[in-house]
Parts: sequence; C-alpha cells; structure tokens
Amino acid sequence: MLELQALDLACVRAGREVFADVEFAVRGGEMLAVTGPNGAGKSSLLRLIAGLLAPARGQVTLHGAAAEYTVGEQAHYVGHLDAFKPSLTVEENLAFWKAVLGGGNEVRGALAAVGLDALAHLPALYLSAGQRRRLSLSRLLVAARPIWLLDEPSSALDAAGVTMLGEVMGAHLAGGGLLLVAEHGRLARAPTRELQLGRATAAARRSRGQA
Amino acid sequence: MGPLTALLVRDMRMAVRVGGGALIGVVFFLMVVTLVPFAVGPDLALLARIGPAVLWLGALLANLLGLDRLLTSDYEDGSLDLILMARMPVELAVAAKALAHWLTTGLPLVIAAPLLGILLNLDPKASGAVALTLLAGTPALTFIGLIGAALTVALRRGGLLLAILVLPLNTPVLIFGVAASNTAIVGPMPFGPPFAVLCALSLISMVIGPFAAALALRYGLD
Repeated sequence: MLELQALDLACVRAGREVFADVEFAVRGGEMLAVTGPNGAGKSSLLRLIAGLLAPARGQVTLHGAAAEYTVGEQAHYVGHLDAFKPSLTVEENLAFWKAVLGGGNEVRGALAAVGLDALAHLPALYLSAGQRRRLSLSRLLVAARPIWLLDEPSSALDAAGVTMLGEVMGAHLAGGGLLLVAEHGRLARAPTRELQLGRATAAARRSRGQA
Repeated sequence: MGPLTALLVRDMRMAVRVGGGALIGVVFFLMVVTLVPFAVGPDLALLARIGPAVLWLGALLANLLGLDRLLTSDYEDGSLDLILMARMPVELAVAAKALAHWLTTGLPLVIAAPLLGILLNLDPKASGAVALTLLAGTPALTFIGLIGAALTVALRRGGLLLAILVLPLNTPVLIFGVAASNTAIVGPMPFGPPFAVLCALSLISMVIGPFAAALALRYGLD
C-alpha cells in the first residue's frame, strides 16, 4: 500500500519560519486538502514534498513505491507557473513534458480529456489563462506518477473545467494514487482528510516559547 | 524519445522559432567584425594581422548573447522545477541544454567565420585555421557560460552579472584560440601545442560545467 508520510516537517524561508511541526500521512486512494490563510506555507509545503525546497527539519518518505526514485521523481507538480513555451504548439509542449516526465500515455488523448484537442496545433502563446491551466492539468495525464501535488488547480478554470478536474482527480484516486491539494476556494472534490496550516503552526510556536 | 533528447530537440526548436536566439548571434558577430575595418582604417596588412583576434573576440561576445536566457527562461516559467523532478540527472539535463545552445549559437559562428574572414583580408588558409580553432574552442565558451547561467538563474536582469562572471573565465580560451590561429598563419611555433591546450580547455569545461551548474541549481533554488 502506497503511503506518503511527513514527520516533524519545518520550513524556513529567508530566515522566517513558515511552518513547523507539520505531520501527516496520506495513503493511496486518499486526498489531503492543505488549507490555511495566505502565507501559511501551503505552496511551500507542496514544493518541499516535490523536493524543490529543502526542509529545515523533518523528512518526507514514500512507502510502498519503487525505491530508486525520490519522492519528487514519483510526483506531479502543478503550481502557479505553467511551464509552457509560448513559441511551441500545444501538442509540442505536452509531448515534451511526456518525454521528460517519463509518460506512456497518448498526448492526443490527454488533450482531449482536458478539452484542448481542437487547439493542438496552436502556439501556446495564444491560449487564455483557463486554457493554459487545462494544459497544465493535461501533464498529469500523459505520465503516470502516483503522487499529485496540486497548488490551486482550479484557479482560472470555468465551471466545466472544475467538473473535469474533479473527474480527473477521482480517476487518479480510484487508480490507487494519492493527492495533495492546496486550494483557497471550493475544492473540485471532497477531500479524505484536511491539513490546516497557520493555526497549528502558531500553537506550536507558542508551546515552544513556553518550553 | 528519451528525456535528454526531448530537452535537446525542444531547445533547438525554440531557438529557430519566433523570439529564439539562433541567428541573433551570427548577426551580432557580423556587426562586430564589420565595424572593425571602419575603426582601424583600410590598412589591409594590419587587418590581416589582427583578423584572427577580431574573429575570436567577436565569437566570444556573440556566444554570450543567448546565455542569460539559457536557464532563466526555464526558471521563470516553472519548467526548471519540472526538469528537476524528472527521472534524469540534473547534470545531464543542463549538459543537454548547453549542447543545444552550442548547436544553435556556437556552431553557426564557426560556419560564418570563414566568410567574415574575407572582410578582414584573411586568406583562405588563415580563415580555415580560425574556423578550426573556433570549432575546438567555442564548446568551452558555452560550458563555462553554463556555470554563470546557473549561478545567476534566480536574479532579475542577471545578464550583465553573467557577462562579468564568465568573461574572465573565458580568457584562457581566447588566448589559446588566437595563439593557435596565429601559429597556423604566420608561425614560427608549431600549431599543435596551443591547439591541444584549446581542445583540453573545451573537454575540461564540458566535464566541470554541468556538475558545477547542477550544484548551483540544487542549492540556489528557493
């Protein structure tokens, strides 16, 4: 059984403690919603799990998966930046990420799933914000990776897009994958569990101050 | 297609598309070399004597042009995050990017050098010697530049800092490149030793560059 576990995680950026004593465990088929006010460290937590930030303390481990890969190499990360080149076409962009992320699924199929198959030959420059977000999400579909780290995945999406996102997330969970979502607004899907940042961190800071 | 080939093909494709830097380097090279006869005057003997040095300086500066975008563009749009999460060593990923830069910026300079030699009154043998030394030496310029690009990746407008970091490190390449060209044209020293040092500089920077750049990227991202 796949399980992602974080123990005593702390993140320090520019000398300021963003969060500390964060602990959670997510199993395959489960979705963890990361909530909290602006600046509570939701994005930092996802980047830390992806291996893009080094934790000040603690560690993230993945049990029950191929041991030769790091957690980041088993994860998809959809952040605020969409990682697409404006001069390449939609299809070229996605085919590139398919090759780099080690995907085995069809580019055309993934584009159809997010509703962009009609725009495959258009340079990514001409996509709207919502379409760029859909293209980012299509990256999740071209390469199979068990962990999805989604940072505000439904931003800029229309109602149909949010429904599509919910379906894609549901299919991933049904396939035994696990999901971490940081979101402000309404989640595209009801989470299995929730991790609240900010409040817990303040409590931890107080208890350390007393000790 | 493997991840490294995909990276190489993507970067080369972007270089030849709108906004890419593939031809900018050659055009800049042409500009620099064309300006020299105007500055120096119509002294053909003098032009022929300083020709190899002018071509080398022009190539060195032209090669700097695309370097500031080499990693920064991927950093700014989030591509670098995903490349770091790919199942390939970062060292090889940055080496593939540097190779793409050399193929689209450095190699066109090598090809253009014999043509621009005509503007500097170089005979075909001298132009050939300069092109050969550029072929051996420009990879060193790119792979040394890769280190600078990785160190300045997170800085806004790091292009100038990059040039200041990289140009001193390029000095040995320039010295041996021009020395090898001159020995081939006027002698009296043999062509072999300075050319061998030039090749060695390229090989060393091809090994050290990717490792240093990967180290800078791993510790510099935040």
